[in-house]
Amino acid sequence: MTRALRILASNPLSLIGLILVSGIVLAALLAPWIAPFPTHNSAVIDFAHANQAPTARNWMGTDLVGRDIFSRILYAYRISLGLGIVVLVIATPIGTVVGLLAGYLGGWTESVLMRLVDVFLSIPPLVLAIAVLGVLEPTLTNAMIAVTVMWWPWYARLVYSIARSEREEGYVLAAEVIGAPTPHIVFREILPNCLPAIITKMTLDMGFVIIIASSLSFLGLGVQPPTPDLGSMVAEGARYLPDSLWMTVFPGLAILLAVFGFNLLGDGLREVLGVDE
Amino acid sequence: MSSVFRILLRRLGISVIVLIGVSMLIFAIARVIPGDPARIALGPNATAEQVAAIRTEMHLDEPIVAQYGHFVTDVLRGDLGTSLYTNRPVTQDIVEFLPATLELVIFAGLLMVALGLPLGILAARHRARWPDHVVRVLTLLTVSAPSFVWAVILMLVFAFYLPLFPVAGRIDDSYEIARVTGFLTVDTLIAGRFDAFLDVLHHLVLPAVALALSGIGQAARLTRANMVETYDKPYIEMAQAYGFAPGRIARRYAFKPSLIPSLTIIGLDFAAMLGNAFLVEAVFAWPGLSRYGVAVILRKDLNAIMGTVLVIALTFLIINIIVDLLIAFLNPRIRHSTRAAT
Repeated sequence: MTRALRILASNPLSLIGLILVSGIVLAALLAPWIAPFPTHNSAVIDFAHANQAPTARNWMGTDLVGRDIFSRILYAYRISLGLGIVVLVIATPIGTVVGLLAGYLGGWTESVLMRLVDVFLSIPPLVLAIAVLGVLEPTLTNAMIAVTVMWWPWYARLVYSIARSEREEGYVLAAEVIGAPTPHIVFREILPNCLPAIITKMTLDMGFVIIIASSLSFLGLGVQPPTPDLGSMVAEGARYLPDSLWMTVFPGLAILLAVFGFNLLGDGLREVLGVDE
Repeated sequence: MSSVFRILLRRLGISVIVLIGVSMLIFAIARVIPGDPARIALGPNATAEQVAAIRTEMHLDEPIVAQYGHFVTDVLRGDLGTSLYTNRPVTQDIVEFLPATLELVIFAGLLMVALGLPLGILAARHRARWPDHVVRVLTLLTVSAPSFVWAVILMLVFAFYLPLFPVAGRIDDSYEIARVTGFLTVDTLIAGRFDAFLDVLHHLVLPAVALALSGIGQAARLTRANMVETYDKPYIEMAQAYGFAPGRIARRYAFKPSLIPSLTIIGLDFAAMLGNAFLVEAVFAWPGLSRYGVAVILRKDLNAIMGTVLVIALTFLIINIIVDLLIAFLNPRIRHSTRAAT
């Protein structure tokens, strides 16, 4: 673990990623204490300070009803990161089990499961999530459901390709010869060899979940106002371009920073864990 | 029978299975909707008799399997039902809005290949030196923001501060171009209006770049990764020992075999743009299928939602088949093999 951290820190880009991600996670966790205006995550109205460019009081300016954009971004990070964690914690095990079973068992299990995966993968991810949200009410929980529905097949495909090649390896054959039960072979023998790829993908995917979730709320299909979300903040501000550009530019940059951080970190992890691109 | 043809047949077979699955998935999504579709279609003021009548008309009183059967028969006849939002057949709406989206996606796809591959080649040729580092940071940046953020930034810089490009739309209102294909780049040329054609290209630049940026990054990263691997092969060393020019080695010997594994992912990225077009169209007021899609979703217009998703899935599959064929054609091992490709 310490060795991995040292390797990670020796690459300047990965180090920047690590710093960005830790900073954003800390900021999100501590939002209620460090936000200059902790009440501005709700429907507060302060017309005296509405639509102001960045000042010493409001570092990133204020929105149309006078809420502090910096404070709202901190709260929005809580939503984005929380959503990312929930989606990955649910989607990863589902996809992993499907991929392991399809890859190891082969035969009709493989055909049925992988065709099912193909079905999900043949609708562009964002469109699938939009379609699911189209019939459910646009809320945070439903956004999580929609993104999870589109996410698990990617893990199924990744784990499937590894499991299929591991199936022929000596250690798997040896386990079969001594009569190890299938669950043991799948979860105790093959799964550990898929973990580096899964962990790398999860890190990179935190970034992508943030992108997808903010895209949904940008379209008005995700988290609903007054709860702050980076995507809806950009959408709201975009109506007042180019005059009130801080309303759009800062939330946009906030997305960029977070995703950039996870990408840099994921890239570094890939090298540490020796995962192929 | 050539192997490229055999791959086409196999891919078409798989695609039919996948399409059947997609139709079931879309049907299933449409049936989890809370509330009665008949009541949603009629609005809150409908009488019980009206609801009962439309339930019969929409086959909602039949078993679910029969409902699915009706859905598939209708789709195969090109009948996607009537949109509650536009009060027109969904098929007609899609025919009207799809070309604008496709035109945008195709241009973005061309940009992705035209810029992404050369950037990847550049990085691989100078790996671990400054061009490689610059390309790495640039490509990581492009994949780190959703396309709506790029769209907003590009609009702000190149339409507002430097008024080089138009802010919205597909063409200046002063042009009147007869609609033939719905692709304005084609229609303006058919009409023989070269000035209008240039205006259409002018409108396309910003949305297409915004849509393409993350794809450009992906394509460059993949090309670089695959080429770096190819550079370690003995035949490259031999080419270097022969004293071939580095540029020639890069393009003719290192790039070509690296292109094939990259293409699959590039195809997927291309197809993903159909989804991201939803975001870019919203920013640039692009009158395409995505704007229609968002409008019908917010109105819970079921027929239109199902039709839109189905058409996008179909387009996605077609793009992937084309990419697979391209790969089969580019790969001499498949092109020249006489045995069945597996």
